[in-house]
Order: sequence, then C-alpha cells, then structure tokens
Amino acid sequence: MPIIEVTELHKRYGDTVAVEDVSFTVEEGEIFGILGPNGAGKTTTVECIEGLRSPDAGAISVLGLDPRRDRAELRQRLGAQLQESSLPDKLTVAEALDLHASFYRRPADWNALLDSLHLADKRRARYRDLSGGQKQRLSIALALVGGPAVAVLDELTTGLDPQARRDTWDLIAQIRDSGVTIILVTHFMDEAQRLCDRLALVDAGRIAALDTPAGLIARAQQRQYVHFRASAPVEDAALTAQPEVDEVRRSGAQITVIGTGNLLYAVASVLARERIVAEELRVEQATLDDAFLALTGRRLQQ
Amino acid sequence: MTPTTRNPLRSLPVSVLAKLVSVEAKLLLREPGALAFGILFPSALLLGLGAVPLLREPSPEFGGLRFVDYWAPSALILGLGIMGLQHIPTTVAAYREKGVLRRMSTTPVGPGAVLVAQLIVAFASGVVTAAVLIASAWAVLDVSPPEQPWWFALSFAVGYGSLLAVGMLIAAVVPSVRLATGAATLAYMVTMVIGGVFLPRFFFPDALARLGDYTPPGVQAMLDSWSGEAVPDPLQLGTMALIGGVAAAVAARFFRWE
Ligand SMILES: Nc1ncnc2c1ncn2[C@@H]1O[C@H](COP(=O)(O)OP(=O)(O)OP(=O)(O)O)[C@@H](O)[C@H]1O
Ligand SMILES: [Mg+2]
Repeated sequence: MPIIEVTELHKRYGDTVAVEDVSFTVEEGEIFGILGPNGAGKTTTVECIEGLRSPDAGAISVLGLDPRRDRAELRQRLGAQLQESSLPDKLTVAEALDLHASFYRRPADWNALLDSLHLADKRRARYRDLSGGQKQRLSIALALVGGPAVAVLDELTTGLDPQARRDTWDLIAQIRDSGVTIILVTHFMDEAQRLCDRLALVDAGRIAALDTPAGLIARAQQRQYVHFRASAPVEDAALTAQPEVDEVRRSGAQITVIGTGNLLYAVASVLARERIVAEELRVEQATLDDAFLALTGRRLQQ
Repeated sequence: MTPTTRNPLRSLPVSVLAKLVSVEAKLLLREPGALAFGILFPSALLLGLGAVPLLREPSPEFGGLRFVDYWAPSALILGLGIMGLQHIPTTVAAYREKGVLRRMSTTPVGPGAVLVAQLIVAFASGVVTAAVLIASAWAVLDVSPPEQPWWFALSFAVGYGSLLAVGMLIAAVVPSVRLATGAATLAYMVTMVIGGVFLPRFFFPDALARLGDYTPPGVQAMLDSWSGEAVPDPLQLGTMALIGGVAAAVAARFFRWE
C-alpha cells in the first residue's frame, strides 16, 4: 500500500507554473528519488507534501493524513530537510538537537545521529562557525531527530565533499533499512543511481518518466558512444556498413561512432580488418543523464 | 504571498515552551550588545548623571523632585526600547530571512512558538533591567524604590507589554532585515524623544508631553507610581493596553512567515 499519494498536483506562483500535473505514489520503506534541472518544480512538490505550501489543485495523502489539515500529526511523523533554512547563529549543535528532540513524542537518539553524521566533535560549536558541509549534515540530523516514518530530503548532499557524500549515502541507506520511507530530491545522477529504488524525472513541472534507475537507463541504452583517434584514415562507409553502427561523427582526428548493441566489438573488428590502431579509445555508457536527454530532449545539467 | 501557516501556535506543551525559552535566553546572553545596552546601560547612565551634584538637588521644575528621581523612568525606557524596538524586530526579521522560522515550521511546534519564547525572554530581560535600575539608583543615588509597587508593576507590564507588541508588529510586516533595522531605529528614536530620554519632558510642548503619557511604554504612569505622586491614570494604561492589543492582533494576523 502506498504511504504517500500525490494526485494531479498543480501549483503556480503568479504567472510561473511551478508544478503542472504531477502524480506519483511512494511505497513504504522505499527511497523515492525526484531528479530534474533547476526550476523543474522539485522543491515545490516536496513542500506541498510537507504541508509548507498549499497546492492550487490536486490531492496529497501522506501516511493517510492531509498535509494541510492534519499538519500537527504529520509533523510528528515526517522529518524534512529543506533546501534553504538555517538556525540562529549562536545556537550550538547540541542545543539545536536537544531542542528539536524535545518537540517529538518519540525522538531518535541524537547522540548516535551526531556520531553517524561525523558531527560528534562539533557538538559545542556554534551554528555560524560550522562549515557549509557541517551545516548540511546538521540539517540532515534535524530532519531525522524526530524518529520520522517519512523523511523528505531536499538536496541531500549539495555542498558536501566526496567522502561526506558517501558517508551520507550510507546513513540514508541505513535509515531506509530501519523502515523509514524517504523522498530524495537531487541533482546528482550518481546519488540517484546509487540510492533510489524508484526515480521520477521531472522537467518543467511534469514527470517525464518514472521507473527504477536501471529501467530508466535501459530506456536510453539503445544509444552508445565509442570515441577514438585513428592511426590511419578510415572511411565512414566501412564503419556504417556494420549493422550496430548508426552514425559516425568526426571532429578533427577524433571519431565518435554512435550505435546500439555490441557496438564496441563491431567497431574493433572493422579497425582490425583495416589494420588501424585506435588511440584514446573510450566507450560511453548510457547514464541517467542520457536517459534524461532521451526522455525530455534536454540535458539535466547545462 | 500565500500565508503558509494559519495556526502557527499549534499544540505547545509547557515543557517545550520552557525549553524554547531557555534556549532563547541563552542566545540573548550571547549577545553582548543587547545585554550591555538593554540591561546595563540605563543604570550606568542614570548613575553617571547622578554624579553631577546639580542633578541631585530637588527642583521645582521637576515638581519638587530631583532630576534623578524624575528621569529614572526615562532611563528605564531607554533599555526597554533597546529590547522591544531594536532587538526583537531585527532578531525576528533575521530569523525569517535566514530560514530559521521556515525550519521551525517543519516541526510539530511551529514557528509561532519561537516568537512567543522571544517575547517571554524579552519581557524577563526588561524586568531585570528595571530591577537593576531600581536597586542601583536606590543604593547609589538614594532614589527610593517605587512607592506604589503594584501600580508600578502594572504600569511596567502594560507599558512594556505594549511596546513589545509594537516591536513585534514591526517584525511582522517588514520584509527584510535591512528594513527592519531602519523601521526599528525610527520607532526607537521617536519613542525615546516622546519618553523624554533625550530632553526632560518638562521642556516639551504640552501636546507632545501628553502624547508620551498615552503611547507605549507610558513614561508618566511609571513616573507617577514610582514617585508615588499620583495613581497612574487608568485612561493612560487603558490606551496603552489597547494600542498593545491592536498591535499584537495585527502582528499575529499579518505576520510574514517567509
Ligand atoms: N516562492 C516563490 N515565488 C515565486 N516563484 C517561485 C517561488 N518558489 C519557486 N518559484 C518558481 O517556481 C519554479 C519551480 O521552483 P522550485 O523551487 O520548485 O524548483 P526546483 O526544481 O526545486 O529547482 P532547484 O533545482 O533549483 O532547487 C521556478 O521557476 C521558481 O522560480
Ligand atoms: Mg529545489
């Protein structure tokens, strides 16, 4: 049974349509990703789910609650990490967690949270003295301190260094394994690919595709790219004669072969036959970025 | 802008409010500027002026009182204004601008509770300011403590309460910290002038002096009950209570949560 249901959500700000007809469901215990470019309407969507904004049209149900009408109850059970928020400058990390823990009926053990977010040695530090990444991690801790059934994390790892990102991913996977349902808004394909059970690609206020990360990649898998530099001239026709090859592009000495199936093998056999050595040979696998391009006609990151 | 929070105060258990108050109190104690100017400066200034012998002579201009007796409530207003009209508007505007209130609105407690805690702490700090001023003026300048303590407490509560409501109204409607600072400073200056902080009100045109009797924080009611010369005018207290009530209601109704 879905734990979150969003049906035909619409939201505009004046003339700007931020969300135009978004529907999806999230199952209990999954990590549901929302991926899309700047201004796609990701934050607006999750803020409607959190009850921070009221939709212009459409219905939302979270844990059987209406986010606007039952907000007091929802807030006991939904933890939110906002894309933009902060704490008073001179509040310390420990004070913030202790205070926020007191808001909830059944708070989590915040000392353990600090340990897993590598903030334990910062507990006496004031908010304004934390680095950007530490502030981000504190914000994640505050989203989890209430022991929520649902956690909504907007831009989870923006501003974190690679090690902190991987640690945060591990933490989120652990949290999910403990039964928490998670909505994850992100710009990062590696993050989505790594963490999400299912993923909605959002573009211009609409869901362009919704599938598992592997399913989305498979949809873009038809096209592969083989890049190389040829040691001697090679005819386009020799390459395009292969059934796997769709197209050959050249830029200077650099050749890119675009095609499907076992493309690398097809290209390599042509080159071997012509006694040409391929230098700087590189195969590009389809990524979520390609999936996004294939499904929306736009690149995720400009 | 859509109001995102219709009932900002939701359920607020006393234990949670107590925790919020203690956190806001700690935060205030980390603001040396607010402490120095809000709490200690009024006493320091009164004692400083009291060092001038002339100001310790009874004078008919002050109704037979000494300047230090007459001016003591004005010194108190100086500190109350710092808390109510400077600290509150700028702190609350910064909380809004930086997303502190937004973060609170994701919790079961909601952002309104932070404002309530702010007001409680500001009120308590005003009580401390008054206590320090009364005690030090008594000990050093022999300014006797309020002759009508209950009337004084009432005048203080109504006057300072309404001043805090005005401060919260400024915080509620100004869109940015910069504008909050500007509006707060303007309100502060006007209040100080009317309250006779810069110039004894005795020099004022009558209309201006009367205005100060009725506008928060009501220097005359505090003076009357402190010196024991008269019982504070219920009309003055009532007017201030009304101003405070209206300001609080408008602030609550039109508060910009983001
Ligand atoms: N409070 C607001 N007032 C007016 N317009 C807004 C407001 N919030 C968002 N918008 C607009 O709505 C659209 C969607 O914004 P939203 O923040 O939901 O995008 P997003 O997908 O989260 O983008 P990003 O990846 O940059 O965080 C944008 O065009 C934005 O300019
Ligand atoms: Mg966003």
